[in-house]
Amino acid sequence: MRTLFYVLQKEFTQVFRNKSMLPIIFVMPLVQMLILVFAATNELRQVDLAIVDYDHSYSSREMIAGITGNPFFKVQQNPDNSQDAEALLMQNKIDLALIIPRHFDKNLIINKSAEVQVLVDAINGNAAQLSLGYLSSVIGSYSQKVLVNPIKPEYRQTKNIIIKPSYWFNPQLNYKYYMAPGILVVLITVVGMLLGGMNLVREKELGTIEQINVTPLKKWQFIAGKLLPFLVIGLFDLAFGLLVARIAFNIPVRGSLILLFSLASVYLVLVLSWGLFISTISDTQQQATFVSFFSLIVFIMMSGLFTPVESMPDWAQKLDFINPLFYFVKIMRSVLLKGSNFADIFNEFAALSAFAVSMFGLAIFRYRKTS
Amino acid sequence: MIEVKDLHKKYGDVIALEKVSLSVQKGELFGLIGPDGAGKTTLMRILMSLLLPDTGSAIMNGLDVVADYKKVRLITGYMPGRFSLYPDLTVEENLKFFATVFGTTIEENYYLIKDIYQQIEPFKTRRAGKLSGGMKQKLALSCALIHKPEILILDEPTTGVDAVSRKEFWEMLKRLKDMGITILVSTPYMDEASLCDRIALIQQGRLMSVATPLKMTNSFPEDLWAVRTRKIYDTSKLLELIPSMLSVNSFGQVLHLVTKKGMHTAKSIIQFLSAQGEVEISVEASTATIEDVFILLMNHHKQNQ
Repeated sequence: MRTLFYVLQKEFTQVFRNKSMLPIIFVMPLVQMLILVFAATNELRQVDLAIVDYDHSYSSREMIAGITGNPFFKVQQNPDNSQDAEALLMQNKIDLALIIPRHFDKNLIINKSAEVQVLVDAINGNAAQLSLGYLSSVIGSYSQKVLVNPIKPEYRQTKNIIIKPSYWFNPQLNYKYYMAPGILVVLITVVGMLLGGMNLVREKELGTIEQINVTPLKKWQFIAGKLLPFLVIGLFDLAFGLLVARIAFNIPVRGSLILLFSLASVYLVLVLSWGLFISTISDTQQQATFVSFFSLIVFIMMSGLFTPVESMPDWAQKLDFINPLFYFVKIMRSVLLKGSNFADIFNEFAALSAFAVSMFGLAIFRYRKTS
Repeated sequence: MIEVKDLHKKYGDVIALEKVSLSVQKGELFGLIGPDGAGKTTLMRILMSLLLPDTGSAIMNGLDVVADYKKVRLITGYMPGRFSLYPDLTVEENLKFFATVFGTTIEENYYLIKDIYQQIEPFKTRRAGKLSGGMKQKLALSCALIHKPEILILDEPTTGVDAVSRKEFWEMLKRLKDMGITILVSTPYMDEASLCDRIALIQQGRLMSVATPLKMTNSFPEDLWAVRTRKIYDTSKLLELIPSMLSVNSFGQVLHLVTKKGMHTAKSIIQFLSAQGEVEISVEASTATIEDVFILLMNHHKQNQ
């Protein structure tokens, strides 16, 4: 016990003597929370569009007025023909072109239906979907208006189904509420994996591991010494990041904080063991950083942090069963936004615990005192 | 006591140790002399149980380095070739840390390191990374000694250390030896060999000779001549042409010429050189140094291959 105490004392002394450590602990959460949460948004700010009106009728002008009145849309130009509109699309001057054909007005009145053409720049598929969605709803509400205030009374439709959505847990569809818990997960993952992993491989680079290996120090004492300081730092950063998110975005904390931090501890043990495992198989900090970053990016991209897991192909969803970030992103969002209790997230907890125990075992097993 | 028998170690295709057998007595200061890459570090790392031998055995004070490696680590002190203490911890913190992981305290074994540690004690709050080379070695030796080992294994402790510190370091080793500690030390410096009780010359993973330094130099089997000249390079080229020449090597301003036993006199060599136009030259019989022995054995070794 006395030995473990001294090992921990030595590790803490070294961590806080490292000049780059304090900035990492304090600046990283601030930057991640204040910049990434804003940057990683799917919300659309402004859609630039061009409208080609071949009809020049009352109805077409009425519809265009509806579009220009919407703050999302900015009509950049009104070209004379669709070729010019396509050219603008090619030149990246607009995101979207709306083409109203001749006889739009006539078709609307006589045939009770009319068509318009929309050209969308779909390089960013997500944004294309969203802007098309917005435009459709604007056109949709215009057609609703035509039906409600018919030009001739007999067009009046008697039945109209109106859907009134109610969004649970995030009624304003605030994107930041969705992103901030996920970014917090990335934060403590990076802290745990890189700091923890680098620390052990640094002893290899300095050669100090040679001296440690000839001491009667037990494997678990050594590994625990490498793990605990960064567990504490990770939890501290989680608290700090959460505070920043609370102040900056007023992010709700509906679940129990004790539950959240207990689960975070399990998760950090897992991440730290993973970092330690990588450093036991690496000889230099450079190698360890590279391998860590590689696995980190794969796990982050697949975690459902930026894109919903449900929209991934089947095999990718299955692969997520072994992605610790997948579980912890889910836990974070559930506990913070939904107020889930322990029973609600028991499955995720069980999976994380199983991974943590096996990864810790693997790290200890792989760290050998003899080569 | 260290007992090494038929030790073999290969790294892939490279043979690091080949049939190495060696015995170091209790309280002996034993030197392992050889150039870089000769296998000194490999042998020491096997003895410290940091490396497993392919075949062969090594016993340290009755403990097998493979089977009883945990006990071996308790009774041995090790100083790796590279400075391997924590540069971001202070002198005192390093010493305290190593004392603690060995389950002891600085006070308990202070008498053992007193002479050495006192020299660096004024700097005990300085970070180990900021010490000079000589002070680093003293700290490393203190840390290797703090658990009162019976055997001390030092891998090139004086490499990269200034001449004064080197001398001091060897004096410290002498004192530790007098306390009854068995010491195995490696060095690439041939001049340090004479400071050991016995030495082993190692080259390409093989022990070429084991003896006391004096015995080794006295039993030099050939004739050795010290040749002084102004034109070292030209003269050495000429000397290589002398019949029954074995080797010519420069030792600073002097050339060491080795010839087959009884084949030449100083006079015959001078005659040979003056016949080639070299006149300003002195030749006299000389006693061999460890380095001469080493070169001779190395050439034998090469010819046998």
